[in-house]
Amino acid sequence: MATPGQNGLINFQGITKVYDMGKEQVHALRGVDLTIQANEYISIMGPSGSGKSTLMNIIGCLDTPTRGRYEFEGELVSDVTDEQTFKMDDDQLAGIRNRKIGFVFQTFNLLARTTALRNVELPLVYAGVSRRDRLVRAQAALEMVGLEDRSTHRPSELSGGQRQRVAIARALVTHPSIILADEPTGNLDSTTGREIMSLFDDLQEQGNTIILVTHEPHVAEHAHRIIHILDGQIDRDEQVVKGKADFQ
Amino acid sequence: MIEVLRIAGAALWAHKFRALLTTLGIAIGIFTVGVVMAIIEGLNASFAEQISSMGSDVLYVDKRGWFQGRDAWVLSRQRRNIGLDAGEYILQRAQYVSHVSPRIYQGGRLKYKENSLERVAVLGAAADMAVIAGVELVDGRFLSKLDSQRKKAVVVIGAAIDENLFGGEDPLGKRLSINGRKFLVIGILEKQGQMMGRNLDNMIYIPAETLLKMFGRRWRNITIAVKASSPDLINEARDEVEGIMRRYRQIRPGQPNDFAINQQSALQELYDNATRMLWMVAIGIGSIALIVGGVGVMNIMLVTVTERTVEIGIRKSLGARRRTILWQFLVESMAVSALGVVVGFVMASGVAVFVQRYTTLAARVPPTWIALGIGVVVVVGLIFGLWPATKAARLDPIEALRYE
Repeated sequence: MATPGQNGLINFQGITKVYDMGKEQVHALRGVDLTIQANEYISIMGPSGSGKSTLMNIIGCLDTPTRGRYEFEGELVSDVTDEQTFKMDDDQLAGIRNRKIGFVFQTFNLLARTTALRNVELPLVYAGVSRRDRLVRAQAALEMVGLEDRSTHRPSELSGGQRQRVAIARALVTHPSIILADEPTGNLDSTTGREIMSLFDDLQEQGNTIILVTHEPHVAEHAHRIIHILDGQIDRDEQVVKGKADFQ
Repeated sequence: MIEVLRIAGAALWAHKFRALLTTLGIAIGIFTVGVVMAIIEGLNASFAEQISSMGSDVLYVDKRGWFQGRDAWVLSRQRRNIGLDAGEYILQRAQYVSHVSPRIYQGGRLKYKENSLERVAVLGAAADMAVIAGVELVDGRFLSKLDSQRKKAVVVIGAAIDENLFGGEDPLGKRLSINGRKFLVIGILEKQGQMMGRNLDNMIYIPAETLLKMFGRRWRNITIAVKASSPDLINEARDEVEGIMRRYRQIRPGQPNDFAINQQSALQELYDNATRMLWMVAIGIGSIALIVGGVGVMNIMLVTVTERTVEIGIRKSLGARRRTILWQFLVESMAVSALGVVVGFVMASGVAVFVQRYTTLAARVPPTWIALGIGVVVVVGLIFGLWPATKAARLDPIEALRYE
């Protein structure tokens, strides 16, 4: 592997993403440079169409850039220049997602006919963890989000907030390097949304790295650093000093 | 792997009725093949039993071959008859032959007091027939050389004759009439059962000479039954008997035989041909049904993959590799096929049990079913599941997650 650029957890250099839509080419990202350190609490903001979803997909190794260099914990995910093209294949990307990234989605994305415990356990299945260890770790993850007594419930038997907690437990269970949350409160009422956000705050204080993608300012403000995306470029990269900074 | 099976099981359970319908084609295919296999297996068992009673070491010298075309049969009818002296001629000269007996078949009407039996098989034979046919006596004795020489009116009766004609009386020493001629009962045969739909016990043996004298108004053709001195020497015996018969019939070198040497294996061959046909029909129908069923499986798997696009997206985002997703759906399609196999076998077993219980046909549930079933599951599930599973494995996680 190539040497890490700036010792960051995540290093983006000139990340560009172009979608080929037949006749037109859509430039979703136009040369993004970004470094994220461990234990940062980051919000990515921007209006729809700004490219923030594309940015999140590339960070989450769900997608690869058309151009640019991406390193995750010193591991080269992709490096595309005029001279050379390196991209991890699908299975390598799946491996990174499995070991290093915990996803939290707006629509929770739990398996419907499966109990909370089984949902949380799922990433460990793909990691090849033994059944006994899986159950212990999944149960521990449910305890972290305060749902230890709901492990045998199915998603349909849980409230929206509880479902999102299950999803967060599932994201935590592999002890990932980052937790990537895409509009995590978008489908929740404001009270429940606040509860979920304070859970993220706690997780960050426990040492997790959290990246939130949102268009809601009051959600974004929980983070310590807000990256504003506009027209496929970083428009503003601001440090939040107020509020949460008081705790540090 | 266990996890994959569990997922497949849960997915099927969620759509029980759909899975059952999907699997009907496969079930019908398996059912067809299964029933035919059961019947063939049953036939095989009874055939083997019956054919072994004919003796694999016995040759039947006849002017006609057993299984030949119609023209050859007509032609062979014009051949000279084989006479009783041929047996003695063979026995004196052959080295690989231990027993020889004539065998003449005749239908007969038996009477004893008020009782009578129609259409009883009357076989003209000699003392050696006891060994050749492997008969056992429950009482009395078999035909002797003296009976033949003196053309005695003596009879050895089958178990069914004992039962139906004498009805409880001890037949030994009694006189019964065959087509109006009186015969003395000297022996009673052990019960033998059925062969090729014929009751082997509904028959009697009398000396061939007596049969010819009393009922042979015309100069009759006879068959000579020849037993090889050991089953291993059947081919040597056959060659030897052929040579002796050519001399007996005075056939010049280069001329074709005007007689045939039949043996059990010819029967086996005929039987094999018949069952092979049955097999081919079953496999034909079975494979068409399986292909139809397989297309059904493929169709339902494509629907499943589409329905569960989001699930696939979730699994992929959590780190499921292509291979993992591929196997998940392959196992599921194999499970659907397996369900069909189980349903088909259960139905076929039902028919087999029914046939066994309510008809004289034997039907067995053969162990080869299991092998066949597993083969079908793997092949149908894999072939017809491959495309949908590949489709699922190749889904882009972002688009899959976004799928409505």
